[in-house]
Amino acid sequence: MSDRILHITSKSIEQTHAIGTLIGRLACLGDVIALIGDLGSGKTTLTQGIAKGLAVPEEYYVTSPSFTLINEYPGRVPLYHFDAYRLTDFRDMEAMGYEEYFYGSGVVVIEWAEKVYELLPEPTLYLYIANLNNMRQIDISCQTEKILALERVLKEGGYI
Amino acid sequence: MLVLGIESSCDETAASVVSDGVKILSNVIASQVNIHSRYGGVVPEVASRHHIEAIIPVIGEALKGAGVSIGDIEGIAVTRGPGLIGSLLVGVSVAKSIAFARNLPCVGVNHIAGHIGALFLIENVPAFPFVSLVVSGGHTHIYKVDNYDRFTLLGQTRDDAAGEAFDKAAKMMNLGYPGGVIIDTMAKKGDPGKIDFPRAMKKSTDFSFSGLKTALLNYLKTLNHFPGQEDICDIAASFQDAIVDVLVEKTLRAAEESCISRVALSGGVASNTRLRKVFMEESAKKGIELFIPPPLLCTDNAAMIAAIGSQYLEKGISDALDMNAVSRWPLGSGR
Repeated sequence: MSDRILHITSKSIEQTHAIGTLIGRLACLGDVIALIGDLGSGKTTLTQGIAKGLAVPEEYYVTSPSFTLINEYPGRVPLYHFDAYRLTDFRDMEAMGYEEYFYGSGVVVIEWAEKVYELLPEPTLYLYIANLNNMRQIDISCQTEKILALERVLKEGGYI
Repeated sequence: MLVLGIESSCDETAASVVSDGVKILSNVIASQVNIHSRYGGVVPEVASRHHIEAIIPVIGEALKGAGVSIGDIEGIAVTRGPGLIGSLLVGVSVAKSIAFARNLPCVGVNHIAGHIGALFLIENVPAFPFVSLVVSGGHTHIYKVDNYDRFTLLGQTRDDAAGEAFDKAAKMMNLGYPGGVIIDTMAKKGDPGKIDFPRAMKKSTDFSFSGLKTALLNYLKTLNHFPGQEDICDIAASFQDAIVDVLVEKTLRAAEESCISRVALSGGVASNTRLRKVFMEESAKKGIELFIPPPLLCTDNAAMIAAIGSQYLEKGISDALDMNAVSRWPLGSGR
């Protein structure tokens, strides 16, 4: 299972959002989703989509947590939106008391996850986003069966 | 009434003594005032444990700076949210402990209300109602302020905060930190009309700065070379104007739509010199009166928390000692 990687392409912000929504619909309590990609690659847009998939009410704007470090939203299950952008390394994250969020109480999405790689639990759903001119290449990996379900919905959506 | 204010919602550990809700006797901010040596030389960053190390020396410094002792304090105001729970808890726990030990009233204050509270500490205090833009690294909100505890949200960012956009733009151009200050400085030497960056969501009073970030990224890619000093000044000036334009335009429009002729500016980004200048010019043109606190009161501080808290405490409103910190607390949703 571990070597399975899905390669998908997004041609627009709207598509990135829609891909996020598909991922959010499949997300369950305790899931950790790691987003890895440069500035402007669409990490917050993906998270906005994931929030929609988790049925976070539309009156909640899912905004960047770069400065606030974590934003919480009520949904089908709570969404904890982390951002490690301003953190030096995983030790800063430990000091934030991240365990409260990571183990069981909601779905965790974490931007700039590569900075706190040491703390990501197994299994984590990894989304690597690369800027390709005006498109985004999104590579998805996960060490559980969830990758098969994701592959199916992304195929149905026409993204693979 | 002598009120001790305590703030620990994000990066700064701060304490202040304010008299009668208007007069600042002391205003100590741990990451800016040179008292770091007291607790080991580390500037408090994100960690709540750094707040724990800083909070007592900072409160001591605030009392000393005000020339008062803890026995003179008549009430305590503390930031209760929104923010990082671990960080907020440090301030809230200390505030409750002092309140319990000294038998003092203690009140929890909303951090964003606090930023608006900074306006009550300046010489020329805006009369109610007024429209207030709160703009910082983590917030970009427009509120109608009817009273010390009545705020109506008129507009907010849908993605990135304005301060965050400055910081990330600086990062993309390797300009260093803090990005907002550096861009402000470089922009003074640049041509703001050089690059036509997008102004998003023109018809709404909501903001969106994520597209601007991507536009900058794409622009930097089209250059085919790393921008020289002159290029960077032009990019900084053009980028800054794209942000300043929408902040000013939407805030003044929100005021006009609410038939209010007083506009206030607060939060860390309110220190931006271009933002202040354009706000002054445009509000003057429209006959709108403008209120902006000095930079030290725009950044996170505890005087602003004491200013709002004093208004509650003087009316006899306080929180019980089971008050807890809250990470999410939309302003206007009640106490």
